[in-house]
Amino acid sequence: MSGYVAPVLAFAPAAGVMILAVALIVLALVYYLVSVIVALWKITKGLDEVIVGVSEIIAKSAPVNDIVTTINANLDAGVDALEGLLVKKAGIDDAVGLVDGMYPGAAAAGFRNYPESGAITPPRIGEVYTKGTLTLARLGREAPVAVANPADGPVLRNVEGGSLAARLLYPDRRQKRPKTLARSPVIGTDAPEQYEQRDDIGEPRKRMPAR
Amino acid sequence: MILWWLGDAVLLLVVVPIVVYLLRGVLNVANSIVPSVQAIATVAAAGSKDLDAGALLVRTQEQAIETIAGVANYGGSLDVILDDA
Repeated sequence: MSGYVAPVLAFAPAAGVMILAVALIVLALVYYLVSVIVALWKITKGLDEVIVGVSEIIAKSAPVNDIVTTINANLDAGVDALEGLLVKKAGIDDAVGLVDGMYPGAAAAGFRNYPESGAITPPRIGEVYTKGTLTLARLGREAPVAVANPADGPVLRNVEGGSLAARLLYPDRRQKRPKTLARSPVIGTDAPEQYEQRDDIGEPRKRMPAR
Repeated sequence: MILWWLGDAVLLLVVVPIVVYLLRGVLNVANSIVPSVQAIATVAAAGSKDLDAGALLVRTQEQAIETIAGVANYGGSLDVILDDA
């Protein structure tokens, strides 16, 4: 027997380097691909949550379209009816004025079913003015609203002489501007002048009340 | 033998860096998607919660119909008691 031992694993150094390079490539592939798998797993989990949320949104918003359409249809019918009633009862001009009085500037938009109403100059009608106030304004007496002239015509009230015009409503004695006027009568139990002095208080009635 | 060494050099100096570069790019893109997906999931959950009140629209619809019916009744009465312009 000779002393020669056959090598079990023998390779050239170049082959060892190649094996090392391939091992490095495999290690890099494993590391990065596992990392990508983990990231994709997180993405999948997140997308599952997204799908749940979006599904709920779809389910909850499914009837919204029909409901809102129905509500709008009913509101449209109400608006049409009220507009028609207002125009029928007040006339198109006053209707525009009433709407503009409550919502300043709304007259420019006009009524939906009356396109011509947008071109109407709204009369100055305010809901705060009663008919009596407007009457006074037209008569030019003491009503501050007269300055605003709701009748949309020339101002009837003489602003500077307004107080004189009001004084003319009183009796003639006041027109002479007396320094003093008769004082108002004192009334009450302690008044110096007792009215309705009756001497039958405590006595039987002289005259029975008429039936 | 020279060619073998040359192949080793190419493998180590060219192929390995390219493989690592490409894999890192894929990993970076995948990692960048994760927070975006999580943010979308949070928004979707919040949006779903916001729509919880959507069920009340059914009652709103009923009330709108009842209100318009009442307005129509009042309008009909006004039409009767008020003179036309």
